[in-house]
Amino acid sequence: MAEKVLMKGNEALAEAALRAGSRFYSGYPITPQTEILEYLSTRMAEVGGFFVQAESELCGINMVFGAAAAGARAFTTSSGPGYSLKQEGISYLAANDLPAVIIDVMRIGSGLGDIFMGQGDYWQLTRGGGHGDYRTIVLAPNSVQENVETVQLAFDLAEKYLHPVIIASDAGIGQMMEPVELPDFKDHDINKFDWAVRGCKEDEPMRACQNIYYAKHSTDYPEYLTKKYNDIEENEQRWESYQVEDAEVVLVAYGSSSRVAKDTVDTAREQGFKLGLIRPITLWPFPKKAFAEAKAAKAFCTVEVNILGQMVDDVKLATEGKFPVGFAGNFFAIPDPDEIIATAKALLK
Amino acid sequence: MIEIRFAGFGGQGVLTTGMVCATAGMDLGKNVTWYPSYGSQMRGGTANCSVKFDDKAIASPFLKNVDILCAMNTPSVDSFQGELKPGAVMFVDSGVVPEDYPVRDDIKVVRVPVNEIAHKAGNPRGANLVMLGAMAAHTDIFTVDEIVKAVEKFFKKKGIDNPKNLECLKLGAEC
Amino acid sequence: MAEVRLPKRIMNSGGWCQGCGHGVVVRLIAEVLDELGVADKAIAVEDVACGSMSMSGVLNCDAIMAAHGRPIPVANGAKGARPDSIVYAHLGDGSAYSIGSAELVHTALRGDNMTVIVVNNTVYGMTGGQMAPTTLPAEKTASSPKGKDADRYGVLNVVDLIGKLNATYIARGEIYDVASTAKTKAMIKKAFQNQIDNKGFSLVEVLAPCPTNLHMTPVQCKEFVHTEATKFFPLGEFVDK
Repeated sequence: MAEKVLMKGNEALAEAALRAGSRFYSGYPITPQTEILEYLSTRMAEVGGFFVQAESELCGINMVFGAAAAGARAFTTSSGPGYSLKQEGISYLAANDLPAVIIDVMRIGSGLGDIFMGQGDYWQLTRGGGHGDYRTIVLAPNSVQENVETVQLAFDLAEKYLHPVIIASDAGIGQMMEPVELPDFKDHDINKFDWAVRGCKEDEPMRACQNIYYAKHSTDYPEYLTKKYNDIEENEQRWESYQVEDAEVVLVAYGSSSRVAKDTVDTAREQGFKLGLIRPITLWPFPKKAFAEAKAAKAFCTVEVNILGQMVDDVKLATEGKFPVGFAGNFFAIPDPDEIIATAKALLK
Repeated sequence: MIEIRFAGFGGQGVLTTGMVCATAGMDLGKNVTWYPSYGSQMRGGTANCSVKFDDKAIASPFLKNVDILCAMNTPSVDSFQGELKPGAVMFVDSGVVPEDYPVRDDIKVVRVPVNEIAHKAGNPRGANLVMLGAMAAHTDIFTVDEIVKAVEKFFKKKGIDNPKNLECLKLGAEC
Repeated sequence: MAEVRLPKRIMNSGGWCQGCGHGVVVRLIAEVLDELGVADKAIAVEDVACGSMSMSGVLNCDAIMAAHGRPIPVANGAKGARPDSIVYAHLGDGSAYSIGSAELVHTALRGDNMTVIVVNNTVYGMTGGQMAPTTLPAEKTASSPKGKDADRYGVLNVVDLIGKLNATYIARGEIYDVASTAKTKAMIKKAFQNQIDNKGFSLVEVLAPCPTNLHMTPVQCKEFVHTEATKFFPLGEFVDK
């Protein structure tokens, strides 16, 4: 087993991407994800990959689009406002069936919002974010170690489904240092997919990377797309359950806030209040299957660092509207366990 | 759970001090987190970081009931002594925080002339290490030996070999 | 009798309007790729607009259709992933000089090793003939029906925009007649040779007619480009390092 090193979440994401075989990165500075760009500005050359600080997030994502079309394991990173700018390219990646990984180290608020730890982008992350009929797989790690593991998984899922995969990190995980074990390096074969553009011989048919509807599915596009999304929803729901089975109220939280939520479950149980936690690891597909375990639940409560409780609707859908769904939220910080317990208890009245 | 805040001017190495401290905790087999101030928090030239040690999994990297504050300047005392829990220990640089500076009366204050000691040791950038040494001596989060080992390892990994760093650490431990 | 034959990589004529310049430009690119012996490793990056019709059974070359305005960064990405390939972006004046101008400027500033072919017909083609940064003063378009107010909108010449950055080669040609087309082909060839030689960023702008959107006959439009457009967009090699 590899030695543990103390590493910042953002840098761990960057290093893990290289170890997952990525040799292509283009990004733009924005707090609180900039360490990824800074780290790769020197580290990428050491592993013989391509790094560029792009002139904008638009350029960053479109370079990734070109690299993905050429077969590379390509990725880019941003946060809130910059992630918004990437939506054009993510929509094109989805429409073209291209695998790529985009990391959003979330902050808070709309518009400028602020640079502090937050979970402000849930709606954008889980509904597609850009124009048209698409969603992306969204993975939400909650520790520096899980950051590392998630990057490998993200590239694997992107290639399995030929689809962009988003890692929803947040400033809490991104800025934090924790002990981490790094995996070994894996190679990526840029020619592993025949569709990847590389130049064709005179007597070969050309490869055309374009909207999959033009390229392959002019007659069965709706069926093709519906199946693809159904398959992802069926196969890729991921979550962690903690003390759910006998819980009266089940908390639902991901990323940074899920750590505090877990701690809250312990605190509440010491006080005789049966709390549980469902931690979505995939934000899309939302882990609806996890809710079957909550047999004793009388209510659910999301714990999020935003104002409007962006995940509440998904919990209502997952529980078919049969239970009250509360929201323990806070704009500038993760809610305290006391606050979460009070909100959860109020739901039982 | 141990909560520690390191604070001072940018360039004084407070973020690095926190990292060394967290590394020491990791080497002792504890769960640790380190969290920096960043962005607009850094404007005005102040920097701080939060370190947590625990045998259990650490939920949040953010501090709430702080056990130890290392304040390298007076703005850090002003900003952060309020979050200390009663009985906490505050380490200050006695060279910049005057003896009559207003501090809480329910905490223990350890005054260390860190800059003076570092200068005398011929390692003016080692003031933070003097502070760390003092912290090892006055608290029970780790022993002086343990922090010496951690610092050696930390700098070795970075390719820095300066025996004066360890000297600063040991001088701090004698304060 | 002269033999008429298609360049090796041309599969068929495209779906462009009568008198459109795109087909000629794509043919020139095909000839150049073949003559330089790099067609086997060529990757075309097309703007979603008129130029991308080359992907529909015209040019047998691996190709990516990029979002409007983004062929240059997409080409850059493909080249970054496969440095040994020969990558070019083929796009219009609206794509390169308006919506994609930031990407153009910074790619030229970095001097990234790639080839860019811009077809300048002074108008947005695919969307039905709206005013572009290259539309001439007083030129009537769908969004300037009384003629372009150049005092308000200006006329953008790419040489002014990126001529002093770090491009290796910037040239402008036309496809008015055999002689001018041959000159333009030589420019395109140089722009690809530079990439083969790792010399950096090369851009060739080709002045071309868009009779449909300028509401002219193909011959009228050809004359318009040759006599009017060249007043604002002179021909020649402006940067050649």
